[in-house]
Amino acid sequence: MGEKRSTGFYILTAIFIAFLVFLYGPVITIGILSFQGPTGGLTFPMQGTSLHWFQELFRTQMVGDIWGSFQRSIILGLTVMVITVIFSVGAGMAYRKKFFGSTPLFYLIIASLVIPSILVSLGVGLIFSQLGWEVHWSTSGLGAQLTWTLPFGILIMFAVFNRFDKAYEEAGRDLGAGPVQVFRLIVLPIIAPSLIGVALFGFTLSYDEFARTLLTSGSRNTLPLEIFGMTTNVTTPVIYALGTLTTLFSLLIILFFLTFFVLSQRRRNKKGSDAGKGLV
Amino acid sequence: MAVLQRNISSLLLASPVILVLSAFIIVPIILITAVSFWGATEFSIYPAFLFDNYEFLFTSEVTYRVFFRTLYFAFLVWLITLVIGFTVAYYLAFFVHSLTWQIICFLLCTIPFWTSNIIRMISWIPFLGRNGLANQSLIEMGIVNEPVEWLLYSEFSVCLAFVHLYTLFMVVPIFNTMMRIDKSLIEAARDAGASSTQILVNVIIPLCKPGIMIGSIFVVALVMGDFITVRFMSGSQIANMGRLISNDISLLQYPSACATAVVLLATVVIMISIMLRFVDIRKEL
Repeated sequence: MGEKRSTGFYILTAIFIAFLVFLYGPVITIGILSFQGPTGGLTFPMQGTSLHWFQELFRTQMVGDIWGSFQRSIILGLTVMVITVIFSVGAGMAYRKKFFGSTPLFYLIIASLVIPSILVSLGVGLIFSQLGWEVHWSTSGLGAQLTWTLPFGILIMFAVFNRFDKAYEEAGRDLGAGPVQVFRLIVLPIIAPSLIGVALFGFTLSYDEFARTLLTSGSRNTLPLEIFGMTTNVTTPVIYALGTLTTLFSLLIILFFLTFFVLSQRRRNKKGSDAGKGLV
Repeated sequence: MAVLQRNISSLLLASPVILVLSAFIIVPIILITAVSFWGATEFSIYPAFLFDNYEFLFTSEVTYRVFFRTLYFAFLVWLITLVIGFTVAYYLAFFVHSLTWQIICFLLCTIPFWTSNIIRMISWIPFLGRNGLANQSLIEMGIVNEPVEWLLYSEFSVCLAFVHLYTLFMVVPIFNTMMRIDKSLIEAARDAGASSTQILVNVIIPLCKPGIMIGSIFVVALVMGDFITVRFMSGSQIANMGRLISNDISLLQYPSACATAVVLLATVVIMISIMLRFVDIRKEL
């Protein structure tokens, strides 16, 4: 292994490319089919090409409340994102030292990740109905989604602080910085690029979340719920058009976060250390 | 005193997470467990301490069939994702030498994770359907004479979708552990005369066990708890535990749904705790 041009290398490259085709092929297929002509169906062959099904999407009376659900998903996603970042940083900071209850809390975090989503949906729905509260995407839905995004955020923060050099903080403290200053001026700038990663998880996992939101969003659907509803009663390529648009939107979001991440990493590397530059 | 202060400040920092997870994980589980003993009429549920729901569950032959079907899916999908995930991670970690390409390839493998699972399921339809791409090409190539029916809405399509959705949960942790393997260990093995296969079997695979374990935990938990992939990709023809629960919910039979949920939860917890014994997740991050 290692040596290029070995047969193993070619076989594995072929497998990897096949894997990528497997991963992206279907989505590209519906991307193409969403341009199906007005008389076309859900499968190939294409009956001409058109933007017919995209136009259809904008006729609200045709296919449910797509734009309302899109707006709700965006607002919910942003809320989940902000909360996930702040709470995960808090938990990450807490776990830098052993504290009372840290082990049970760790297992609770893992449990939150592996527990079947339908149980969260069912349980949260039951709490609200027993208390006589109405389930709503911004309350019960928000809470249920946080049980999915927080564990990812916290695990990322664990990884970040595992690699964190404490010497920076000590240097700050030796120079007289208080705890708040140490956090704001030293810790935060160093972990900032990773926080973009946490934000990416927070937003996209919420934006695409289905099972945990199913029984907790109330009468107003989020986008994934709306799309799933469409699968049972929409039998035209309009659903592909919606799928294509929302996937493109996800890709834009991912690209935005990744660019932001690369830029902030660069900025950190450039401004982070002037060691060895001052003594001439 | 200092110890107390340290505890308090850590607890304060972690308190938002503690609050959220208590309210939306612990309390729901407690309530589900409680409601699993309640009674139900056609329209409402009432507090009680009955074993009816469990009795019905454990005396029904359907439960056992569905339970083993769920385990069967978990095992099959675990095995397939492990083989594919390991191979892909192995290629990325040891055969892609430029860091830039490694990052690009790794991102290509992870991007679908941040897009919609529902869309990714829907996107199999034009591929697997009766007049789908797969059937068209099979007929064109003369392999079959008429469309193959078992491609969509079958056990096959359910497994395919699972593998499609969850393989990256294997790739990422395994790749992560592979990247941490000290390259000098591999060189030492090669200097000592080991072949590529021997290095793979005797050095790399043992050192990858934590990553394999973390990936397995994800895949097993996700497949065991799934209800939507099975429902959608089987065209509602195949049942698993999650679907039993969701069917009961749609019939407003909450106590019965809760009893099934408790059984499913117990199964998942037992499986995951066994797997957690083999890996210290916090150390592997």
